[in-house]
Amino acid sequence: MNNFSYYQADKAKDATSAKRADKSAAFIAGGTTLLDLMKLNVENHDQLIDVNTLPFRGVEMTKNGLRIGALERMSDVGEHPLVVKNFPAVSQSLLLAASAQLRNMASIGGNILQRTRCGYFRDTAFPCNKREPGTGCPALEGDHRNLAILGTSEACIATSYPGDLSVALTALDAVLTLENAKGKQREVPITRFYLLPGSTPQKETVLEDDELLVAVTIPQTVAAQKSLYLKVRERTSYAYALASAAVGLEVQGGIIRAAKVALGGVGTQPWRSPEAEKMLVGKAPSEAVFRAAAEAALRGAKPREHNAFKVEMAQNTLVRALSEVAA
Amino acid sequence: METNQTKNAPTNVVGKPLDRVDGPAKVTGAARYSAEISVPGTVYGVLKTSTIAKGRITSIDTSRAAKEPGIITILTHENLPKPAKTPQQVEKWRAAQSYLPMQDAQVQYAGQPVALVVADTLERATQAAALINVTYQAEAPIDSFHDPKAELFDPQKIQQGKKDSHVVRGNPQQAFDGAAIRHEATYVHAINHHSPMEPAATLAVWEGADKLTVYESSQNVTMHQGALADLLGMPREQIRVVTKYIGGGFGCKGSFWPHTILTVLAAKAVNRPVKLALTRQQMFTGVGHREDQEQTLKMGTTADGKLVSLVHTKRATTSPWDNYTESNGKILDMLYACPNYSTTYELARANVMTSVWMRAPGEAPGSFALESSLDDVANQLGLDPLEIRLRNYADYDHSNGKPWSSKSLKQCYARGAELFGWDKRQAKPGQNRRGRLLVGHGMATASYPVHSSQGTARVRLFADGHAVVEAGATDLGTGTYTVMTQVSADALGLAPEKIRFELGDTRLPTAPGSGGSVAAGTVASSIMAAAEDVWDKVVKMAVADKKSPLYKAKPADVKVELGRMFLTKDPQKGETLVAALVRSGQPDIEGSGTGKYGAGYEEKNFGQNGADPNNDSKEKKTGGHSMHSFGAHFCEVEVDPDLGTVRITRWVGVHGAGTVLNLKTATSQMIGGAIYGIGAALMEETHRDASFARYTNADLAGYHIPVNADIPEIKVEFVPESDPYINYLGVKGIGELGMVGVAAAVGNAIFNATGRRLRHLPITPDKVLEALRQPA
Amino acid sequence: MTEPITPDTPAGGPGKPANDGSRRTFMKQAGGILGLALAPPFLSQAERLTALSRKVEGVSALSLKVNGTVRTIQAEPRVTLLDALREYLDLTGSKKGCDHGQCGACTVLVDGRRVNSCLTLAVMTQGKEITTIEGLAKGEELHPMQAAFLKHDGFQCGYCTPGQIMSGVACVQEGHAGSEAEVREWMSGNLCRCSAYPNITAAILEAAKSS
Repeated sequence: MNNFSYYQADKAKDATSAKRADKSAAFIAGGTTLLDLMKLNVENHDQLIDVNTLPFRGVEMTKNGLRIGALERMSDVGEHPLVVKNFPAVSQSLLLAASAQLRNMASIGGNILQRTRCGYFRDTAFPCNKREPGTGCPALEGDHRNLAILGTSEACIATSYPGDLSVALTALDAVLTLENAKGKQREVPITRFYLLPGSTPQKETVLEDDELLVAVTIPQTVAAQKSLYLKVRERTSYAYALASAAVGLEVQGGIIRAAKVALGGVGTQPWRSPEAEKMLVGKAPSEAVFRAAAEAALRGAKPREHNAFKVEMAQNTLVRALSEVAA
Repeated sequence: METNQTKNAPTNVVGKPLDRVDGPAKVTGAARYSAEISVPGTVYGVLKTSTIAKGRITSIDTSRAAKEPGIITILTHENLPKPAKTPQQVEKWRAAQSYLPMQDAQVQYAGQPVALVVADTLERATQAAALINVTYQAEAPIDSFHDPKAELFDPQKIQQGKKDSHVVRGNPQQAFDGAAIRHEATYVHAINHHSPMEPAATLAVWEGADKLTVYESSQNVTMHQGALADLLGMPREQIRVVTKYIGGGFGCKGSFWPHTILTVLAAKAVNRPVKLALTRQQMFTGVGHREDQEQTLKMGTTADGKLVSLVHTKRATTSPWDNYTESNGKILDMLYACPNYSTTYELARANVMTSVWMRAPGEAPGSFALESSLDDVANQLGLDPLEIRLRNYADYDHSNGKPWSSKSLKQCYARGAELFGWDKRQAKPGQNRRGRLLVGHGMATASYPVHSSQGTARVRLFADGHAVVEAGATDLGTGTYTVMTQVSADALGLAPEKIRFELGDTRLPTAPGSGGSVAAGTVASSIMAAAEDVWDKVVKMAVADKKSPLYKAKPADVKVELGRMFLTKDPQKGETLVAALVRSGQPDIEGSGTGKYGAGYEEKNFGQNGADPNNDSKEKKTGGHSMHSFGAHFCEVEVDPDLGTVRITRWVGVHGAGTVLNLKTATSQMIGGAIYGIGAALMEETHRDASFARYTNADLAGYHIPVNADIPEIKVEFVPESDPYINYLGVKGIGELGMVGVAAAVGNAIFNATGRRLRHLPITPDKVLEALRQPA
Repeated sequence: MTEPITPDTPAGGPGKPANDGSRRTFMKQAGGILGLALAPPFLSQAERLTALSRKVEGVSALSLKVNGTVRTIQAEPRVTLLDALREYLDLTGSKKGCDHGQCGACTVLVDGRRVNSCLTLAVMTQGKEITTIEGLAKGEELHPMQAAFLKHDGFQCGYCTPGQIMSGVACVQEGHAGSEAEVREWMSGNLCRCSAYPNITAAILEAAKSS
């Protein structure tokens, strides 16, 4: 890890201004992604700006839905009664992630901004377009077993967001609040927050250099209350998803009125599937309908030699999640 | 006095489930592992490793690195002090990899050390290593035996010349061709890494120009001492290797690897103690691995399931210099009654470091092939898996014609089946459902040889009633500290609290390392031999002492049990060792002895009685009996047919392993063995990128080992077993046994659940889904 | 039984970095050998904000309250809590297994919560209560969790053990030790390669019952 200076900001503006003034600086909250990548020399920052004392805390119901301060920790949010009761998929996505220790450390903001687990990205001995634009992507023909089948490009097939929370947030139409050095806030739906790799896989989100993610708001809906997160992984716990699904259904009179579907582990970003939702809305819940929705969700998949299994796995994960939430 | 023979002597604490004597130090954090020894003036060493897998270093620019504060030196092949010899120049190099990096500009594998930074803090050394700019002229590497550039060859000998690459018994191909049932299958085993929780570490302290102390995470301090002596051209006694605690090894710390000598050379160069711990990433290219391999097994049986032939071939990747490969064939040769057998090893050189023994080397992957094929044949013939194993039960070792020294496998089968409820198993695959999940039951046989070994120990009995017992063994977590305390306590008739057992230091009497499951039996035998020496001396004192009840007795008429000497014909007449010692006025008395384990023990005590004179196999000279532990695993799995996930839901292991020295630690070790095998069966795989010959998941997030949530309750039992031939106390090793057959038991249970046979380890969800797409 | 090797000198031997000429000055050490000195009494959270500099660069005095005692080290801001404990304070009970939050061997409690000390910067734990394995027993009397691990043989090599125990203590305190299944899941952030998992689970369930 390169040597850096540490700066504890006690005002948001100090933090964002310091970041704007220093292109090499990074914000640190829990540090679980940042220090991991700095130890690997994948990221090098000459200044770390500690944002933990900033007032972006709290979990509260507002008129726009549940507002979660970005500095809240995964464990606290995952077990928060309001979250457990009204947004089960969010709670599950948090508690099925990482470990109890990491969940105590990692902030909600940091989780949303975590970076890919692609082995080529994480090892500076390899070329990687995301880490060093223009050097190439060995994953295309190499070990891409854990990588994406949706939203890929010839430059990058990494599951740029490898985690769980944002999959649930994507399904449930969460909105992120960003604040810049001028103290100006803007709201960005999470579905527009992440960027497809295209030819610029290094650019992962719409976050500007001087912007800090300060809050997440999740609209309170019937579908959110009847939501579920299902995660498939190689070991029972403490592993990233091979495939996951966040789903929410509003069923009235035996008919699906609203459907929320997002997939994890298979897209270069948390993968919202309007195609699947379209297949569900207006129909009576049944395995056949769920199957049709799952097929629609994966229709655009571009599987490769070692990750082709993800098509079927993701479909089955989605069918299972829908079946369980409808039950 | 009776001499070195197994006695069914009474025991007091041997066998009892004593809490670990090193437990308090471990649960309080007081136990110091090698990188935690505090030596004043110690500075930090960090390795820089190669990014390419093959080629040449054209330049190394250390200018940026040298500007980091606190840098003491940066060593590369250009300025590293040369050792007296490289491993390749050592006449009998037995410590795994024979290639020492940083001797020239060559790069032969990814992750090979290319520089070593020494700095005043770990942070500075680490960052300086990152800042060294190495320029390479890269060549296309060979990644494995699958690589089109790779050439399979017949190594003639494997494992540093120790074993033949062809073994044939009978006429296996002909027998297979004529067999009623012919089954042929290929099994794939992924690259596995030992991944002990403690990364390998060396703390090198030069006490003078020709005197060296090395605190090493070593499974075998004597091996490390010998290898260092060879490389440095120093007498062994000038080198001290110390390992008081070691955070697991599973084989990878039982060999000598580059980081150790590089740290020692760096310490010499900077004239200060240097401490170097491998990073977790470096653990994947620093201390060996279980090689990627493929086995083809042709199994011929009669129509009623009796084996007539096993034709086995193995193809595997090895390094550019060594012909290491696990000897998978051994267990196929001996496990069942099969008259015809052959195995052939073929290797291909690739740009990888030398692979090395990893828990149950050979037996673990070999049994996966054998036990899976046998399960297939059983299913084909409509036989219960247990029944086909009984039909092929070997009443003697067919690999060499020798009788078993002891074998309790039938009892293990019976007890395991009872504990598991095997009779309730649904024979027809794919019939047993629990909700959406498919449930399956499988079993497999375990076995591991009693390798020949020996060692020495010293016992010093004090007149105040305590004793210090010493042997240069190690405790990997296997319980050596504890069980040797128990053995010593009974040998001297003292309470365990009155025993201090010291290990892990080359200044102590030479004992074998922890490896090949030999430590417990050998060190226990050594202690008993040393204790007998003490008995002998005290008995001589007693019979010459007017105040002793044994005065004027013939030493040959005196027996010693639990620290008490008495007349064999009149047991009432006697006294304790300590009582005689107190009267003598001597403050203490010391004895030493050499204990043997396995064939050497039998030969010494029984001669060659059991040997088959017509058997001309090489093993003949190793004594009269074939010596193995045996056991049986029973496993229940739940398979999710939609998601491909497999969960172990029940496990039973029953083993016959001779005398159990401590029921608690032995049970833990068997549980650990099963879980180690479950890891290999379901999740462990290091991926090597084919173009770069470099691992892509070299950390503990990418290389999955089981977590707590993967593991159900595991029932382990030992059946009572007494074996007079193998060593003083009749102990068989258990470190490897618990893992043998585990992968097959899992695979067999998956077959029972799904009707699909998975022959490619690890059995990950993608493979299960793929198999379920195929017709049953 | 052997005694663990004890250091020949007071703690902190290897850890003292040379001055790199950064603009922070060294805290004068009153008699602290090799980089250790007792700091002023522990500061309250409010005092901390004013007492401790918000900007730390280069080798600086960092005050850590470990197991009830405030100790000061001279270290760069990049020093992790784990390395601060092991290499600067000679508290080697917390283990380095992976250095990337992937094994749990480094688990300690910070303000009562279990965290991976390898991914925690020491500079960010100033003013917080740090509890390590060395701070669990009361003198010779083992903490009930330690005693339960010993009784149930919840370890073999012992290297993951301090992390398991710290994690187990937190697991019980959090209320996540209600059943076998719950313990298994909530203890899955602590790898044990010797695979003492069933025994670890049994130990935690027993300690939970007695607490």
